[in-house]
Amino acid sequence: MKKAFRLVGLDFPNCAAKIEAEVQKIPGITAASVNFMTTKMTLEAEREAMPAIVEQATAIVKKLEPDVEVVKA
Amino acid sequence: MKKWNANQKRIARIAAGGIVFVTGLLIPFSGYWVRLGVFLAAFLLAGGDVLWKAARNIAHGQVFDENFLMAIASVGAFIIGEYPEGVAVMLFYQVGELFQSMAVAKSRKSITDLMDIRPDYAYVLRDGEPEKVDPDEVEIGELIVIKPGEKVPLDAEVTEGSSMLDTAALTGESVPREAGPGDALLSGCINLNGVLTARVTKEYGESTVSKILDLVENAGSLKSRSENFITKFARYYTPAVVILAVLLAVIPPLVLPGAAWADWIYRALTFLVISCPCALVISVPLSFFGGLGAASRSGILVKGSNYLEALAQAEIVVFDKTGTLTQGVFRVQEIRPAVGSPEQLLELAAYAESYSNHPISLSLKEAYGKGLDSTRVTDVQEIAGCGVVAKVDGRQVAAGNQKMLARLSLPQPEEHAAGTVVYVAAEGVYQGSILIADQVKPDAAEAIRSLKNAGVRQTVMLTGDTKRIGEQVAGQLGLDQAFTELLPGDKVAKVEELFAQKTEKGKLVFVGDGINDAPVLARADLGAAMGGLGSDAAIEAADIVIMTDEPSRLADAMAISRRTMGIVKENIVFALGVKLLVLILGAAGYASMWAAVFADVGVSVLAILNAMRALKIKKEPA
Repeated sequence: MKKAFRLVGLDFPNCAAKIEAEVQKIPGITAASVNFMTTKMTLEAEREAMPAIVEQATAIVKKLEPDVEVVKA
Repeated sequence: MKKWNANQKRIARIAAGGIVFVTGLLIPFSGYWVRLGVFLAAFLLAGGDVLWKAARNIAHGQVFDENFLMAIASVGAFIIGEYPEGVAVMLFYQVGELFQSMAVAKSRKSITDLMDIRPDYAYVLRDGEPEKVDPDEVEIGELIVIKPGEKVPLDAEVTEGSSMLDTAALTGESVPREAGPGDALLSGCINLNGVLTARVTKEYGESTVSKILDLVENAGSLKSRSENFITKFARYYTPAVVILAVLLAVIPPLVLPGAAWADWIYRALTFLVISCPCALVISVPLSFFGGLGAASRSGILVKGSNYLEALAQAEIVVFDKTGTLTQGVFRVQEIRPAVGSPEQLLELAAYAESYSNHPISLSLKEAYGKGLDSTRVTDVQEIAGCGVVAKVDGRQVAAGNQKMLARLSLPQPEEHAAGTVVYVAAEGVYQGSILIADQVKPDAAEAIRSLKNAGVRQTVMLTGDTKRIGEQVAGQLGLDQAFTELLPGDKVAKVEELFAQKTEKGKLVFVGDGINDAPVLARADLGAAMGGLGSDAAIEAADIVIMTDEPSRLADAMAISRRTMGIVKENIVFALGVKLLVLILGAAGYASMWAAVFADVGVSVLAILNAMRALKIKKEPA
């Protein structure tokens, strides 16, 4: 399944690239992308694994860019 | 009091820091500690958050981030006693960042405005009452009501009412189109004046509007070569500049006799300020995004920056004929009576063919226009491979091809026209002929011309149609080459042949209507499909979708692509050039840290502004 989030306050494309690279490393994730222009983060994974993955992805965003807020799109 | 938003807080902090800074510059404080205190206060006001972020990110194991570099540069300036410089660097950096984030926000907004076609709600008729619901809750077959000014929420078919529709968001077409009962409505269009009731034909997820939004939002994920180059470059650039800075701070004072440490450290600090790759990293994808936005506003959906980039290098453009260069609809083009008036001839032919559903017969009936009185036709007899014989008003009428004339032992006229000719005879006497042909799209000739002007070396047409018709159309449109009587499989083979003729850098573009040519669309460097407003197969298979079905849009897309690539190059050259120049001047001791700040954030802002130009649509003079 696919889930989309908005990263509010994402101001630098560099940060978007960093987040994308890190999120893609989460075990169990099948696809992940961060679109800087639309500030959208899309995660793809099996339904059962999703909640854990969303949690990890949020933690990664918080770690890399504490000022960016993850909002459900 | 209203709560300040993040930007206002930033502005307030920068302003406060600026005021303290200017005070420190103007008033000649006597004591050393007082002076240091004033500048330090200004510094912390302006750049406290940068220092905080730098510290926090180091704790997270991120070293080369721009906050850290800026913190080192400005703290370094303080350590070597250049207090005003330290504060100024931080102030300018902050102002630059502010501009940068405003510019990004603005460009985001103008791009997302383009995509403002998402319907928020739908009025669905349930138990005879309109009920306001989320578009994805509506099911196929339900009736929806669309009032003037509202967006069509789902693909549907009008059952009641008529209105004008603004399709500009989907097609870039400014002329509204009319819709009445039986007409298909595409989601994303805006209903202009009348109230429409319509039966939903597709779920929201399958409707045109969500397909387009999906496409546009995902377009960013297919990155162009330029973007990949920049991302890679940025990865090495920052560490390289930082290493250079360290070398610059340490080696010359040790090697050169009489070199002052403070002087070389200052030069090294200017390096650190320039080491952030933001200007590049931000402006290149932004330019592409602008280009994609401009294209979609002109009714051309490009599925990724890589395709937009490739389009600028189009060298061979191959067209499918039917449905791409021609309308794919048969119409009566010419009526040539041998006896009597054209109307009489058409009437005879339409009646003779009245029982047939062949496209040719349909176009005859359509051209005749009046209703057919079926009692006037009797004894209809289809003669396979020849045509139809029927009694019309008691007269024996034959309509068909040349073989029909042969059957009736009538002389066969010579034929040059491109199309299908229906010959009509009554009671064994030749009455005349009617030419029926697929019509060339009005902008097809212009499309070929403007592609040629844009530097496309070769234009080719592929068709399964007969040699005579194919070559006539190709000649009329000015195509360089035409291959006719091809089976769908032959088209791929022909495209392979053409691949061999192109240069290494040039791209081969195939333009088709998405029917029967999916393999060719996939094989070409770039596949462009006539979207035919909602033709799913075409939207899936192609890299570029022309929403208006006008072949001339391809030339527009090429112009947008070229413009975007121009802007991308400008930005790369400009940003790298200024940085390199300031690096050289800085190493030589001619550039101050102020200049370095400009080279960093100033260039970013200018590059962003330049990137925004890609979003504008410039109409090329025809």
